[in-house]
Amino acid sequence: MAGMSITTKQLRQFGKPLVFALLMLPVLWLAWNWWLAFQYQPNGLGFNPQETSNRFSGDWALRILLLSLAITPLSKLANSPKPILFRRMIGLFAFFYVCVHITSYVWLDMLFDWTELWSDVMKRIYITVGFAAFLLLIPLAITSTNGWIKRMGAKKWQRLHQAIYVIGLLAVVHFIMMRKGFQIEPLIYAAILLVLLAFRWRKFVPNAARAAG
Amino acid sequence: MLIKHKHSWQESENSVTRESLYLNRRSLMVGAAAAGAAIAAPSVFAQRQRELAPLAARPTDFKSNESLTPENAVTQYNNFYEFGVGKGDPYENAWRLQPKPWSIRVDGLVEKPGEYALEDLIDFNALEDRIYRLRCVEAWSMVIPWIGVSLASVLKKIEPQSGAKYVRFETLADPKQMPGLRWPVLDWPYVEGLRIDEAMNDLALLAVGLYGKELPNQNGAPVRLVVPWKYGFKSIKSIVRISLTDTEPRTSWNLSAPREYGFYSNVNPEVDHPRWSQKRERRIGEFGRRETQKFNGYGELVADLYAGMDLRAKY
Repeated sequence: MAGMSITTKQLRQFGKPLVFALLMLPVLWLAWNWWLAFQYQPNGLGFNPQETSNRFSGDWALRILLLSLAITPLSKLANSPKPILFRRMIGLFAFFYVCVHITSYVWLDMLFDWTELWSDVMKRIYITVGFAAFLLLIPLAITSTNGWIKRMGAKKWQRLHQAIYVIGLLAVVHFIMMRKGFQIEPLIYAAILLVLLAFRWRKFVPNAARAAG
Repeated sequence: MLIKHKHSWQESENSVTRESLYLNRRSLMVGAAAAGAAIAAPSVFAQRQRELAPLAARPTDFKSNESLTPENAVTQYNNFYEFGVGKGDPYENAWRLQPKPWSIRVDGLVEKPGEYALEDLIDFNALEDRIYRLRCVEAWSMVIPWIGVSLASVLKKIEPQSGAKYVRFETLADPKQMPGLRWPVLDWPYVEGLRIDEAMNDLALLAVGLYGKELPNQNGAPVRLVVPWKYGFKSIKSIVRISLTDTEPRTSWNLSAPREYGFYSNVNPEVDHPRWSQKRERRIGEFGRRETQKFNGYGELVADLYAGMDLRAKY
């Protein structure tokens, strides 16, 4: 396989900056279009820019979160540790896009109306759920460094970072609840999440997994 | 036409918008207007759009000194789930709809049931210009210049029987014309309804046009209801059936989520949607949110319909 011929060093040198640049594209698009909007210029945000902005940033937060959850299964399927090189960066990007999503909502949409925001978090279950996912992500983002892995010990650190499974579920539920009627799109994200979580369940049922293999 | 007496529903926007919220409006109005041209690839979709004939209508008291929502926003930012759940989907997909010829089935508790050609039900020589605010349940709003006739004028033609207490409306549900029907987003066909006194209220309009022309397909061609004191989803589009009933019709959104969408669904800032606040709304083209008015500002004309009713229970 061609992929196998790429060295870890090359991945660090070129692969990571490339992935970094790719993951920056959505937020750069968003920032550029908001800048245009504030300059009275034609822009891609459509007739309800706040709605577009909230949804766009939320979509990308969820996509990148799912991507981060796909790294370990990918590494196992490819029988190579190389994908793991990207896992931390992708996870931190997921957190970053959640922050963009919240900024879009709190600033551009709600204009820092804290009373309204607080009642949103308390009264609207789908916002409560999304907010809980955000809160749970914070300790994961903080402890993402090598120093913290050492300080906590690999086992404890790993257990903490398994919270991402719960966060993934909360994020998908947040998306499903936000839509009106019975809609397919959030269910596709839910299905992808369940497939990715099912990979983890294999380690709890090794016999079944072996039989299946 | 000169209006000397100013009605509360014609209130100037300055009096209902918090000043800080509309300072920035121009940026977005310009941006939004241009966005349609910039991103929706109008060359592709515009070709498929029907040629819309101009409609002659007489002016009425239903005017407004609020600025109208730009026509491209009105025709390219829509909820019409039969054509897809995205706001731009109706504009992209509604060219498949065949609004001519169009007939409407009239049945139930009426003296003159039957299959009516649209022209036999709507007097195209008596069309009226009416500017109404439209408040979507999703907390955005527009100001739209409709053309149509009062619903009451049509009901009089079909002669409701004395036992008729409700009017039930049904949207076309043809999978060949409406790709969104592939998905069970709602229990198709789309159904809406009004109490008969609401339907007879002069404010209730059957629209056949907007901005001086026939209705574009995505706005509910060839005929739609407009009940501006209720959330937008009550204003059912592309109507193929009108029935008079003695029981409250089971409406689509009410069936889908009874806690979220009541039969009445009057615009009411005091009663929140379970998932979001209804206190404020974003007028399309403005940056901030403005205060939502009870009955969307039409209380002077419709509040009496609900005298003594608990609007929290009957949301």
